[in-house]
Amino acid sequence: MKILVTAKRVTDPDAKIRVKPDGTGIETAGLEYKLNPFCENAIEAAVSMVEKHGGEAIAVTIGTADVEQNLRTALAMGCERAIRVEIADDQLDSDLTARILVKLFETEKPDLFLLGKQAVDGDSNQVAQLVAEMLDLPQACFASGIVIENGEAVVTREIDGGIETIAVKLPAVVSADLRLNTPRLPTLPNVLKAKRKPLQVLTPAALGVDTALKVATVAYEAPPQRKGGIKVKTVQELVEKLQNEAKAL
Amino acid sequence: MGTTLVIAETFGGKLRKSTFNAVTFAKALAAKTGGDFAIGLLGSGVAGLAGELTGYGAKAVYVADNAGFANYLGGPWAKAVAALADQAGATSVAATSSTFTRDLLPRVAARMGAGMVSEVLSVVDGTKFLRPMWAGNVVATVEVKTPKAVFCVRGTEFDAAQATGGASPVQAVAVAPEDNGKQRYVKFEAVVSSRPDLAEAAVVVAGGRGLKDKAGFAILDPLADLLKAAIGGTRAVVDAGIAPNDLQIGQTGKVIAPQLYIGVALSGAIQHIAGMKASKTIVAINKDPEAPIFSVADYGLVADAFKAVPELVEEIRKIKGV
Ligand SMILES: Cc1cc2nc3c(=O)[nH]c(=O)nc-3n(C[C@H](O)[C@H](O)[C@H](O)COP(=O)(O)OP(=O)(O)OC[C@H]3O[C@@H](n4cnc5c(N)ncnc54)[C@H](O)[C@@H]3O)c2cc1C
Ligand SMILES: Nc1ncnc2c1ncn2[C@@H]1O[C@H](COP(=O)(O)O)[C@@H](O)[C@H]1O
Repeated sequence: MKILVTAKRVTDPDAKIRVKPDGTGIETAGLEYKLNPFCENAIEAAVSMVEKHGGEAIAVTIGTADVEQNLRTALAMGCERAIRVEIADDQLDSDLTARILVKLFETEKPDLFLLGKQAVDGDSNQVAQLVAEMLDLPQACFASGIVIENGEAVVTREIDGGIETIAVKLPAVVSADLRLNTPRLPTLPNVLKAKRKPLQVLTPAALGVDTALKVATVAYEAPPQRKGGIKVKTVQELVEKLQNEAKAL
Repeated sequence: MGTTLVIAETFGGKLRKSTFNAVTFAKALAAKTGGDFAIGLLGSGVAGLAGELTGYGAKAVYVADNAGFANYLGGPWAKAVAALADQAGATSVAATSSTFTRDLLPRVAARMGAGMVSEVLSVVDGTKFLRPMWAGNVVATVEVKTPKAVFCVRGTEFDAAQATGGASPVQAVAVAPEDNGKQRYVKFEAVVSSRPDLAEAAVVVAGGRGLKDKAGFAILDPLADLLKAAIGGTRAVVDAGIAPNDLQIGQTGKVIAPQLYIGVALSGAIQHIAGMKASKTIVAINKDPEAPIFSVADYGLVADAFKAVPELVEEIRKIKGV
C-alpha cells in the first residue's frame, strides 16, 4: 500500500492564543508549535497500515521552512519520505491547500490519502472533503476505525447520533478523528534516522497551482469575554441563586 | 442579490430543528444583499415533510425525494446538492453545522467552485463573515472572493426562524444521487436515548473525568431527569468509553448554548469551553478551586461531586415539590 498522509504544523493546542492589538494576526512570540493532533492520528494509522500490509507512507505538508521540524516528526514516526510545498500559512485557504494536495496526489498516485479531520488552528474541517471532490474519489471523514480489505477501506465514522460504517473503494480519501488510535511517540533512534530520510521541497509554481484565494482572512479579534461569576458556598445557596437570580430553574 | 439554498437536515424521518437556524442565517444574508432564499429537502420518503417548510418566507421549497438518498454518502450527495443549487439558480448554499453538513458542504463547494466559510458566527455584509478560529479564542473576519459561496453556520449564533405564515410553493425536482459504485453504506449504530437532543436541549448536565467510571457518571441521571436535561461530556469521558462520542461537547464535538449548563467534575480545558461558553447560565461543580471552568461559570461550587450532586437533586426536588 502506498499512503499519502498530511503532517500539518499548528500552534500548541493547549496554548492561550492572543490576538495582536492591530488585529492583523495572533501574537506568536513564545508560542510553541506541534503536529496537528488529527494529523498525528492520520500518521499513526498510515504507519501501522504499512507495517501490516507493506508499502510506504509519504508525509506531506504545506508551509514555510520552519514546519520541517514537525515534518521530521512524521518521518520519526515511520513515514519513509516527506514532501513540503513552500507557501506561508497566511497565503492559504482551504481551497488552495486542497488544490496543492491534489497535485501531490496526482504525482504520487497513492492507494489511500489520509488527512486529519480538522486543523486545530483554523478549525475549518474542509480540506479532506475538498480533496476528495476535486479528485472525484470516495471519502470517509471523521474516522474512528479503518480496516483495509478486498481493495476497500471499511471505515467507522463518528457522527451525530452514533457510529456509522461505510466502505470506500481504494483509492480513497479518509480523514482521521481523535479516537482512531493513540499516536506513537518517536523513539530516539528513529528521531536520528528521520534526519537522514529524504525531504523534497516544491513550490506552488512548480506544481502549476494558481495561488489565488477563494476566502481571505482579513481581520482577527478577541472574542467577547464572559464576565466571571461568583462562588457559592453551599448547594442551598446555588439553588437559591439559580431560582431567584438566574431564573434558570 | 442572489438566492441562498438552505439544505434541510432530517434524522429518523423528521426535520432537524437546526434547519431553521440556517433559515435565519439565509434571511440575514438576504437582508444584506437584497437577495432571497429557497429551501432544499433531499432524502428518501421526505416529501411529506415539505409542508413544515413552507411558512418561513422561502421563495420555493424544492423536494428531491428519491430512494437513492436512503443513506448519506458524501460523493453522490454532493453531486445532487450542487445540481439542485444549479436548478434553483442559487448563488450560495447554506446549512447549520452538524457532522452531516460538515461532511457534505465542502464537497458541494468544490463542485460549485465556491469559497466556503465554516462555522459562520455572523454576517458582516454580503461577502464578509465572522467565524471562530483556535477553539474560539480568535474571531476572524473572512471575505469570500468568489461569486458563489457555501456556508456552514453555527446554530447557536442564529435563533431558529419562526414561521411567518407565508406559503412557499413546493416543487418536486428530479435530482437523484449519482452512484458511481465507489462507496457503500454498511450500517449505523444509533445511540438510543430518551433524553432531549444535546444540541437542542434547554438544560445540559455535563460530566468529566472526575466522575471516574460509568457508575460515577450515572450520578448525573437523576439530576438530568429532574431538569429534563440532555447529558453531555468531555473528550476525556468519551475517550474512556464512559459516554458515547455523540455526547462530546467542545471544539471537536458539539457546540451548545443551552439556557442552563451544569458542568460536573470537569476541568474546563480550552477545547471544552469552546463548545459551551455561549450557554446562558453556567454552573460548575469541581473540587479544585483553581479549575479553569470557574473562570467562565456564573455560579461555581467547590465541592466533591459525589456529595454535591445528590444534594442538588434533593434541593431542586424541594423547590419543585416533587
Ligand atoms: C485536538 C484536541 C481536541 C479536543 N477536543 C475536545 C473537545 O471537543 N471536548 C473536550 O471536552 N475536550 C477536548 N479535548 C480534550 C481537552 O484538552 C481535555 O483533556 C478534556 O476536556 C479534559 O476532560 P475533563 O475535564 O473531563 O478531565 P480533567 O481535565 O482530568 O478534569 C477532571 C476534573 O475533575 C475534577 N474532579 C476530580 N474528582 C472530582 C470530584 N470527586 N468532585 C468534583 N470534581 C472532581 C478535577 O479537579 C478536575 O478539574 C481536546 C484535546 C485536543 C488536543
Ligand atoms: N498547511 C497544510 N499542510 C498539510 N495539510 C494540511 C494543511 N492544512 C490543512 N491540512 C490537512 O487538512 C486537514 C483539515 O484541515 P482544515 O480543513 O483546515 O481544518 C488537516 O487535518 C490536515 O490533514
